[in-house]
Amino acid sequence: MPTLIRWRDGRAEAGEDPFTSIDDDQVIPQGDVIISLARFQSEGERLLGQCRQVGVRVRPDEAVEGLAGALPRIAVVALEFPKFRDGRAFSAATVLRERLGYVGEVRAVGDVLLEQAKFMVRCGFTAFEPADGAGADEWTAATRRFRHVYQRAADDLAPAFAERAAR
Amino acid sequence: MYRYDEIDREMLADRAAEFRAQCARRLAGEITEDQFKPIRLMNGLYLQLHAYMLRIAIPYGTLDAAKLRKLAHIARTYDRGYGHFTTRTNLQLHWIKLRDAPDILDELAQVGLHTIQTSGNCIRNITADPHAGATADEVDDPRVWAEAIRQWSTFHPEFSFLPRKFKIAVTAAAKDRAAVKVYDIGLRLHRTEEGELSFEVLVGGGLGRTPYLGPTIREHLPVRHLLSYLQAILRVFNRHGRRDNIWKARIKVLVAALGAEEFARQVEAEWEASDKAGVDLPDTELARIRAAFAPRAFASLPAVSSIFEAARSEDRAFARFARNNVKPHKIPGYALVDISLKEPGETPGDCSADQMDLIADLAQRYSQDEVRNTYEQNLLLPHVKLDDVPALWRALAGAGLATPNIGLVSDIIACPGLDYCALANARAIPIAQDIARRFADPELAERVGELKIKISGCINACGHHHVGNIGILGVDKKGEEFYQLTLGGSGDDDASIGQSLGPALPAGRVGEAVDQLVEVYLREREGPERFLDTFRRTGLTPFKEAVYADAHQVA
Repeated sequence: MPTLIRWRDGRAEAGEDPFTSIDDDQVIPQGDVIISLARFQSEGERLLGQCRQVGVRVRPDEAVEGLAGALPRIAVVALEFPKFRDGRAFSAATVLRERLGYVGEVRAVGDVLLEQAKFMVRCGFTAFEPADGAGADEWTAATRRFRHVYQRAADDLAPAFAERAAR
Repeated sequence: MYRYDEIDREMLADRAAEFRAQCARRLAGEITEDQFKPIRLMNGLYLQLHAYMLRIAIPYGTLDAAKLRKLAHIARTYDRGYGHFTTRTNLQLHWIKLRDAPDILDELAQVGLHTIQTSGNCIRNITADPHAGATADEVDDPRVWAEAIRQWSTFHPEFSFLPRKFKIAVTAAAKDRAAVKVYDIGLRLHRTEEGELSFEVLVGGGLGRTPYLGPTIREHLPVRHLLSYLQAILRVFNRHGRRDNIWKARIKVLVAALGAEEFARQVEAEWEASDKAGVDLPDTELARIRAAFAPRAFASLPAVSSIFEAARSEDRAFARFARNNVKPHKIPGYALVDISLKEPGETPGDCSADQMDLIADLAQRYSQDEVRNTYEQNLLLPHVKLDDVPALWRALAGAGLATPNIGLVSDIIACPGLDYCALANARAIPIAQDIARRFADPELAERVGELKIKISGCINACGHHHVGNIGILGVDKKGEEFYQLTLGGSGDDDASIGQSLGPALPAGRVGEAVDQLVEVYLREREGPERFLDTFRRTGLTPFKEAVYADAHQVA
């Protein structure tokens, strides 16, 4: 099982990944799996009825709103970054957390880079598969480079205006 | 003006420290140029034709003496003793060494300046009316809102990897001096009949390869909801803007493809579904920012200054400066004074370190320690007593800073072009210099009157050529520099996109063609018509005939 970085209690931890990510042309094996949104739409109900955890992989051109009804039963939503420059998943994660109230794991997969760690954590991502080999300690450090933030996001950091009001 | 508090200063310090560590990794060879590129771009550091270029943000174009002196110091210490003010109210330094960049960021942070978000596909430096706080025709100070947007958009986690760069301009005046119709988002503050402040929201304007004037998607947005509404626009853009083609990735293409109505519907739906209260600033924070822009005390002065009037009648050169570079202030006895960075023969927008230091001194002495940078690549002192204008003028004149040509034919906007820029197809600066020299005689320039010439060295349109009364676009034809002329563009209230005059001209013909266009205008104009008015009345034909009269040979 590949190593996964998970965000817990304000820091990154490396851990085993119990999920297997399955391509659309692969047979679904036993155990916990992450499948594409298209496959979830046809096979999701059947898999959820089995004794296993199911995650869904969402491409940036697919709307996470399509998952809304099923979200409470989905263990992982894996948002794809085909290139690091493709920032659509930042909005998708924000919508999952703030609008759809999703509390499960939101995982960043694809071209996931250390330099984006802070933005990802702020948008509500809680698991990462870094493409640049970044480790958990580096990941934690990258999220702590700044002492303040200017705007509210899906995390619980107080923006500058709230800090000022509290002083 | 807004002073950075401890939080703002720590943000800049943290950013500078982050970049220092990133640069060290690059200089040690731990990361490749490919990996470093997105990092340095997020800090305004470009690799150009000859060297690194550093783009320093001047939020809403507002500077004080300390900031300007720091820019002078940096230009002198780390560059070749001058800087280039751009149409986006940034300052560019074109001869930077990578190893110096972290020190420069530290120095900038000491005075509340930075290079954050001056590049990359994020929300860029916010611009505003340069007459803010000094003009009688505004309903509010637009900088209050520009500063609110600056903070909200800085390191925005959701909007730092947009389909393409994103530019926002704010004005609160009847007269548009911020070119809001050619911005990704243009914001115009109005006061409703009930006396409430509200924003008119224009989205999807822009120049570049496909020029558009931004349509209004909402007539009245209550000001307290500005940030949540911006979030809705940005979210629709971030999710649905095109990412498959860099030339179609700006929001203007999305707005045009959906139609302004459908785009507006999507934004409204997104906005309605969002948690407005979590995003919009509380009144206390708005009040804090507003207080920072409260004007200092103005003296009670007569509307007419005898010192100013005497100088005007005694000195024709001063009278010319007063006609062209001095604008009315909201307070009697005060004026706004434009400092032209367009001395004929010089590079438009360039300012030497010595000139910056002098302007800083003059701002402290005469203008309540404020300097503004305009999108027309000039500076201005916003709060000058009429009594002081003659002395100010003499000081400026001694440093080549009193060219009386604001809005005139030699007040040319030009991008850095092929002299510096890796994207350019052709040079812009020598073309601007040639044209300005032709109209160096101030009597001639004044006789021609308002005529805005704008030059871009490539289709990216940094020189705003589409909205020039005469627009000049550099193109490459089989390795030779040619120039496509357009007529009738305007970036002001009566905004319009220029029409193509005809086949592109070789570099050696451009200055002459401008002469010919001006001759046609002087011949055809009726009454007080400006060049733009005459063109709109006569159309392209007489101009085209003059330029291409003996040019059947021009393919």
